[in-house]
Amino acid sequence: MSSEMTVWPSQSRDPAAPASAPVGKSENSSHHARIRVPRSVPRAVARGAAIVVVAALLVSLPLLVTDYVLSAILVPVLALALAGIGQNFITGYAGQLSVGSAAFMSVGAFATYDASSHLHGLPLLASFAFGGFVAGVVGLFFGLPSLRIRGFYLVVSTLAAQFFVVWLFTKVGWFSDYSASGVITAPKLSVAGFDLSSPGGHYWLSLFVVAPLTVLGRNLVRGRLGRSWMAVRDMETAAAVVGVRTEQAKLLAFGIGSFYCGVAGALWAFAYLGTVEPHGLDLDRSFQVLFIVILGGLGSIAGPFVGAAFVILFPVALDRLGSVLVGGSVDAGLLQNVEKIIFGALVILLLIKQPAGMARLLQIAWLRIGRWRPRQA
Amino acid sequence: MAFFFEVLIGGLLAGVMYTMVALGFVLIYKASGVFNFAQGSMVLFAALTLVTLLERGLALPWALAASAGVMLVVAVAIERVVLRPLVHAPPMALFLATLGLAFVLEGLAQLVYGTQVHGLELGISDAPIHGLPIEISKFDLFSAGVAAALVAAIGILFQTTRAGVGLRAVADDPLAAVAVGLDLSRLWAIAWGGAGLVALVAGLLWGARVGVQFSLSLVVLKALPVLIIGGFSSIGGVIAGGLIVGASEKLAEVYVGSHIGGGIESWFPYVLAVGFLLARPTGLFGERRVERV
Repeated sequence: MSSEMTVWPSQSRDPAAPASAPVGKSENSSHHARIRVPRSVPRAVARGAAIVVVAALLVSLPLLVTDYVLSAILVPVLALALAGIGQNFITGYAGQLSVGSAAFMSVGAFATYDASSHLHGLPLLASFAFGGFVAGVVGLFFGLPSLRIRGFYLVVSTLAAQFFVVWLFTKVGWFSDYSASGVITAPKLSVAGFDLSSPGGHYWLSLFVVAPLTVLGRNLVRGRLGRSWMAVRDMETAAAVVGVRTEQAKLLAFGIGSFYCGVAGALWAFAYLGTVEPHGLDLDRSFQVLFIVILGGLGSIAGPFVGAAFVILFPVALDRLGSVLVGGSVDAGLLQNVEKIIFGALVILLLIKQPAGMARLLQIAWLRIGRWRPRQA
Repeated sequence: MAFFFEVLIGGLLAGVMYTMVALGFVLIYKASGVFNFAQGSMVLFAALTLVTLLERGLALPWALAASAGVMLVVAVAIERVVLRPLVHAPPMALFLATLGLAFVLEGLAQLVYGTQVHGLELGISDAPIHGLPIEISKFDLFSAGVAAALVAAIGILFQTTRAGVGLRAVADDPLAAVAVGLDLSRLWAIAWGGAGLVALVAGLLWGARVGVQFSLSLVVLKALPVLIIGGFSSIGGVIAGGLIVGASEKLAEVYVGSHIGGGIESWFPYVLAVGFLLARPTGLFGERRVERV
């Protein structure tokens, strides 16, 4: 297990940090102190301004792009990225393998549905929180074997969760209000009197749920809990020796990760699809979320967004490319197989070449652009 | 009581089929400590190769030989392209890589051979044999015989041949094995080649049973509880695990599932395996190597 530390990706860092480090090193220390103080103020201002601009852009996106982009690309990307963050808490940070994220998404969706249909007048966001909470409890339960077994043996426990949840929601009608084959449909989407049933509304709902949870997650993994997760991942015995409460850390990874998956499931079901059946969130979806995390970046918060965008956009791009090359519509089955091959090959390639995923690749590219200066003759 | 035994025997024979798939896992796990999630895809790939060759008019022995050749090439290619660059990677990265590999193989198999369901006829009837107190089909007995032969062959390979002993040495301590001059990549290629051949046999029997189609690759999932219960590194354990999973899931389905809506076969083996993991993490016959906390 000791080799794990060197190969497994470390926590993602602020993109600015690696860039500034070599600069600081090359200067001598007395200059360093003098230069650094006045510099950091405009940098903080620039950073704050950038955040404001990006936030404004994200919020005003529905005015800029078409309904298709909103409801077929942005909303599912946000939902899957949130699920990816949850998966990343469990797998990328705490080092526990899970192939049950779709089950936790499913629990979240059904619990949200049950809360909003049985408790009239419950605000939408409260029922989302309830769905996430129930998913968290279920995730915690299926994470219990992690106290006794390690690594990929947990696959079997999370597989149990996956198959059991699909079976439960199909067979026990109470969860879906006795609808045929367990299909549930979205409650009315409105927050504080604002109607959110348009594509733009779906996007805003997703954004206002995903954005705070992302910031929270980022702070979480940089804080005490995140560091104890990484300690458990990198060397559990050593972590326990230096006083990290490893059992608590692992259970919290499953609980919090599943909370994120649960909320993501509610978004997936109600903001994206509008309706969901138990088999819509099956093992394939779990693999998809796992792939999002591997492709985007294990152990990073930005990674799931990159991975989710790739997973949603790539099939669209492949379809367009196919019809350009062939000059007509391409057989869907053929495309699906090509897609599978490329996804699988990319997973292998990234695991070999860059375990920190596409997010790190983008970060490296960004740094190269930032450092590039025209050569002086 | 006769009904109970009928269910039991049916379950045991189904368990034999799980054992066939699980054997491929053990082969690779023993040699390289990798849990090869792509074993199910290898079964699908092998079965589709065989069926396509048969449909092109090749006689069964020739088709089998050709498919075996294809599987060996695939296995060696996997070793070279996927596993060798990941030699020092943590177990989880290796597992995730085989997951990616499973997607590549599934996509490739269906891209090359198409997605339609193929029938596979081996000329052994699936009808129950007459004159027995309980119903057993000839085909099931044949599969059980093949599985037994395969287990015996692998057991002999590991116990007596030079390559087999080398594989055990590599599994035990790769560094020491390399230090005494064993050729690691050759041994890994042998292990993966063997797993490819096992996949072919499993694909042959499963394909004849349920038709050669995509769902064959899902068999891999049922092999997982078999491995957990039997122990990842024990060939005898795989047999016991397969029989336990097969028998218990059928009995549970008939006697418990019928009261709570049915279909509990889908999750029962995993719950059973979790129980085993909690009570006996090494499985029934495994070495004490499962990482415990």
